[in-house]
Amino acid sequence: MKKLGSQTIKFENPPSIIGTGTIVGPKEGQGRFKEYYDLILKDSIYQEKSWEKAETKILKEAVEMAIKNSKVPTDKIEYLIAGDLLNQIVSAGFAARELGLPFLGIYGACSTIAQGALLGSMIVDGGFAENLVAAVSSHFCTAERQFRFPLELGNQRKPTSQWTVTGAGAMVISSQIQNPRITFATVGKVIDMGEADPNDMGTAMAPAAVDTILRHFQDTGKTPDDYDLILTGDLGSIGKDIAEELLKQKGYDISNKYSDCGVLIFYPEQDVHAGASGCACAAVVTCGYIYKEMLNGKYNRVLLVATGALMSTTSTQQGETIPCIAHAISIENL
Amino acid sequence: MPVLTKEQQDYKRFAKNKKPKPPLLKNMIMAFIVGGIICTIGQIILNFFVSRGLTPGQAGGPTAIIMVFLGSFLTGIGVYDKIGKYAGAGSIVPITGFANSIVSPAMEFKREGFVFGVAAKMFVVAGPVLVYGISSATLIGLIYYLLNM
Repeated sequence: MKKLGSQTIKFENPPSIIGTGTIVGPKEGQGRFKEYYDLILKDSIYQEKSWEKAETKILKEAVEMAIKNSKVPTDKIEYLIAGDLLNQIVSAGFAARELGLPFLGIYGACSTIAQGALLGSMIVDGGFAENLVAAVSSHFCTAERQFRFPLELGNQRKPTSQWTVTGAGAMVISSQIQNPRITFATVGKVIDMGEADPNDMGTAMAPAAVDTILRHFQDTGKTPDDYDLILTGDLGSIGKDIAEELLKQKGYDISNKYSDCGVLIFYPEQDVHAGASGCACAAVVTCGYIYKEMLNGKYNRVLLVATGALMSTTSTQQGETIPCIAHAISIENL
Repeated sequence: MPVLTKEQQDYKRFAKNKKPKPPLLKNMIMAFIVGGIICTIGQIILNFFVSRGLTPGQAGGPTAIIMVFLGSFLTGIGVYDKIGKYAGAGSIVPITGFANSIVSPAMEFKREGFVFGVAAKMFVVAGPVLVYGISSATLIGLIYYLLNM
């Protein structure tokens, strides 16, 4: 059995991440991990006619970069598993139209990269493919116009609000044996703690991250000591504090090895309030900084817990609370 | 609104203390200063028209037109949202802010076409203001009329 406990998978032949591709917008390119991205855009429209076209283009190019970096010929890539934040995941579908790869579109809001990586690892470890790509994108300007207000509206953002990352991240997952490898995956449950404010996603998502982290430790018998770094997706500064405290209450002190992609990606002086969010947030940090520093040996055991808020503008307007999810993957140098 | 369980209510209380408070005093001072500057500019324009022979009542119309133009122009060149970031209500409440609330969605949704984009989306922000502004003005006007009959 490859299943541990109630929600965790232990991969028998842990699939490898053999290449990644990352593209980010100009603001992200001024952030903390600027040396780790493959391409930093000079402007976020990227010579396209609409923000949506620009997002599709960066997703497509990130996938192409990942395939190129993996040195696997494109015709040996058997699936593209991709998603994004837009209605009917159009960025992913449209990028797949250009790429011509067998396509599985997925949606897990900002947790999508972990969802893609865990599904991809299941496919590879299950023997259903040798090589595949998991990829996601998000774009500040497409997300703003879909979820919030027109860009030029002169409104103030709340201190709890987060900044959607413009970018795309892709990873090639393969049965080839090389580090780093995806060893465990914990599929999260949808947790709703009654938060309803779409301008405060960190508070809404933190309990989902906590639930998945606890479940991961219980299912695997691991402790925080088994990891060099525990990284949540996009809880931001408020959600990160909450998650840390809730875990401490449950007897897991992870404070010395815990961080959050949404806190890290921008410098505080970049004025993004509570931090970053978006599918690309966890993706560009994982495919950029984490992947490259694992190759360098700075990190050897990382637990990525990507978080997502599963609401829509309609559900918010109808007063519904926000259901949230977190999926965890262990990435290790074996 | 959905009914929250006890666990959810406890979490709400716990999380509330973690959230940063908006800098209310700073926001109010900035709104006062920027709102005041916008109104002073309006007053200067109105005084100019009065000095050229219009009555204060007549000067209101052209003044509003110029202020709406300024708000729209600053929105078009991407400045008004930057003012709004610091000024908050100070730049939302004056008529320049109303112009911003109509021009910004019109610009944003131009790519969806002139019918379903620009025209249909133009009032997404300003629409509620118009509906309730006109409705309440009509209601108050009616009450005023009845009281003075």
